[in-house]
Amino acid sequence: MALFGSLALLIALALAAWNLLAGALALRWLATGQTAPVSPERLADTARRAGIAGFAAVTAAAFALIWSAFTNDFSITYIMEHSNRALPAAYKFSALWSGQEGSLLLWAWLLGAYGFVLRLTHKRDVKLYAYAGAILAGIQVFFLAVLNFAAPPFALLKGVIPDDGNGLNPLLQYPEMVIHPPMLYLGYVGFSVPFCFALGALMMRYPGEKWIKITRVWTLVTWLFLTLGIFLGMHWAYAVLGWGGYWGWDPVENASFMPWLTGTAFLHSVMMQEKKGMMKSWNVWLIFSTFLLTLLGTLLTRAGLVSSVHAFAQSSIGTWFTVFMGIVLAVCIFTYILQHDHLKSEHHLESLVSRESSFLFNNLVLLAACFVILWGTLFPILSEYVVGNKVTVGAPWYNAVAVPIGIFLLFLTGVGPLLPWRATSLRSIRRNFVLPSIALWATVIVCLAVGVKPWKDGAIDQGNFYALVAFAVSAGVLVAIFSEFLRGAGVIARQSGRNHFSAMYLLIRRNTRRYGGYIVHIGVVIVVVGLAGAAFNRSVESEMALHDKISIGPYTLECVGASQDSNANYNSEFALLDVYKGGKKLFQMTPEKRVYLASEQPQTMVAIHSVLEWDLYVVYEGTNPDTGQPIIKAILNPLVSWIWAGVVLMAFGTVLALVPSLKPAAQKGGQQ
Amino acid sequence: MNGFQDMPEKHASGAKARVDDIGIMRGLKPPPPSGTFWIKGLQALALVVAICFTLGASDAGSRFTNLNHRLMCTCGCAEILGECNHVGCTASTEELNDLRAYIAQGLSDDQILSAFAAKYGATVLAAPTTHGFDLVAWVAPFAVFAAALLGTILLVRRWSVGKTLTEAGVSDPATEALKEKIRRETDSGNDGGF
Repeated sequence: MALFGSLALLIALALAAWNLLAGALALRWLATGQTAPVSPERLADTARRAGIAGFAAVTAAAFALIWSAFTNDFSITYIMEHSNRALPAAYKFSALWSGQEGSLLLWAWLLGAYGFVLRLTHKRDVKLYAYAGAILAGIQVFFLAVLNFAAPPFALLKGVIPDDGNGLNPLLQYPEMVIHPPMLYLGYVGFSVPFCFALGALMMRYPGEKWIKITRVWTLVTWLFLTLGIFLGMHWAYAVLGWGGYWGWDPVENASFMPWLTGTAFLHSVMMQEKKGMMKSWNVWLIFSTFLLTLLGTLLTRAGLVSSVHAFAQSSIGTWFTVFMGIVLAVCIFTYILQHDHLKSEHHLESLVSRESSFLFNNLVLLAACFVILWGTLFPILSEYVVGNKVTVGAPWYNAVAVPIGIFLLFLTGVGPLLPWRATSLRSIRRNFVLPSIALWATVIVCLAVGVKPWKDGAIDQGNFYALVAFAVSAGVLVAIFSEFLRGAGVIARQSGRNHFSAMYLLIRRNTRRYGGYIVHIGVVIVVVGLAGAAFNRSVESEMALHDKISIGPYTLECVGASQDSNANYNSEFALLDVYKGGKKLFQMTPEKRVYLASEQPQTMVAIHSVLEWDLYVVYEGTNPDTGQPIIKAILNPLVSWIWAGVVLMAFGTVLALVPSLKPAAQKGGQQ
Repeated sequence: MNGFQDMPEKHASGAKARVDDIGIMRGLKPPPPSGTFWIKGLQALALVVAICFTLGASDAGSRFTNLNHRLMCTCGCAEILGECNHVGCTASTEELNDLRAYIAQGLSDDQILSAFAAKYGATVLAAPTTHGFDLVAWVAPFAVFAAALLGTILLVRRWSVGKTLTEAGVSDPATEALKEKIRRETDSGNDGGF
């Protein structure tokens, strides 16, 4: 199977190279009108078909690796290092992306899959698709070259083949880990497609905004995958790492967040290009930057440039990525310089206070946030280079620098929809902002009344202060968005005589993109409220003998036993804790500690009881070696479930925005 | 331990502030037609902020928590010291003991952080300091943000002012006709060939 996999990768590389070279040559001949020895159209079509065949070859290679994991082929180094006989089937499957070589193969396979769809739908605009397909093939050549020459997944083990493998990293043996990396990679890789269209459109001086319309679905779907990937990763960190949090500003987390920020900026600024023919250069550079940031993220993850808790897959392929990023940047700059006169704006802003300028400021803040995170991630390297002194840039720095920018962004989320396109009057602004302002200040007062005080010991309590501001701004933004829904539905209800519920449905169906977007904004607000809850986390840690009790918030935990278990994959020990509230027993929790047999590494399995108000999060930290009694840490995390609920709403809003709006004829029919 | 347990106390003082604020806000209705509404609104805001910062709540145990969240565990786990939960992590246990000892000795926060940096190296601090080259870490984001904000405002103003001039420039009939021709060709359901 190793030979089959290696051969498949080599064939895939040859096909991708043909796709790139033949496609580029055909497009060159077509652009210059040169006499060609073969028909450029036919040559371009062979290039396209090579791309499709290349996907089949990469699929065969991915299948070979998964098959090797399932058949315990420990003659392959990768399988020996990332699997073992007792590993459950789902985790054998996820072994594909648990290491350096496998995750690069997953990247190449996803790139091939996106390319497959792109090449099958090429009739929508043959020439533009040919450009995009050739550029995509260029990216695929890079990944396949890395897989063939720098990080081969089918490398054979030297020496004696062991009976069993080293097993999968225990941190990765969790259900979310089966879906989090593919989701994240679908997001990362997906941004290659709008990048290719943007670069292709620029190369061929493509007029109009059609390339943006074509890539809109790609971009939205990609953004959705990246969003889900990031939040699945957060949930995994929350449930597995056992420190009670979900985001640690780790460089690898930051690496996934940066393209999300620029991708979000792109989703907003393309509306300016579609509606007003503005920000063309900006949009092109946003998508270039987003693609480069996905590469940077992989570089940071894989090359070990910065220290990270994500040390699952590091190697020396950093040079490959650095060179490739340099080539991509050079191509982007060269093409832009050559063609930038094609990207002149067709209209200009008419007022500083308008929807257009709110998009500008939204983009500015999103990019500022991206810069802050990039700066924080790279500052340790910079500091070491400049003064020879490596420093840590951790959560306190990000909380002080990034959180205010995030709150300002949240504020813009509410302000943007209240401003009309072109220009507006002061009277109109005042009318639109009255209700949100009242909601904002009412929330401040209520928060102060219930004890959310932004001070402690006579000084500002940063956590509480930010939480108070976040709650207040969130309330204002929610009222602003809901008032938009109600205002629109009210107009339809008056015009058509429908009830408000039916009018609301029709309103959304008439402009799914706009109202889907608003629902995404509501999701973001709910996520922010959940994040702000972290300011009120509290914890208690104690060694617990039988019938010992600890209290946290309204809960009392009583230790009613400790036990052990084992299976072929791991041994575990766990505590049995009865949870009481108001003297009444509610449920039992069993926080667990596992030791995986193959790797001999311990792993925490947190017990979580989640309600709307908070999560009761209980960690079995181990046993006291002197007494043999379990050490339990209980954490009360307010509002965490709001984060996951907000993400579901964001996903729903994005899917809604992808649904085509009702056309005028259908609207007429719907009103009858 | 701060938080929900001591909320009843906070609630008592906060509730008084709320009654006062609502009284002020109610006095503003209905708003006069001039800018008085906004001026008084700002006054109310200033009062709320003043009330916030003149009242205080103390929490003796919070200093230890605050400081252990400004330090890193040095075992290599890349976790904040106060959040490292590795079983038998000798590094975090030693650091936490040091922290308790420094607090007991009556050292200030800065002195404690300096002592940690001297003993464990600069990477033990969870954030850069505010002197030397480390200051750049704090200043650069805000400087870039301010510059970008200023740049955007200037850009918007330039666009607004230059609107009429540029509109005249755009309407070059030959260029527009060519653009429209290409747009028509590329937008018409192209179903094959080039």
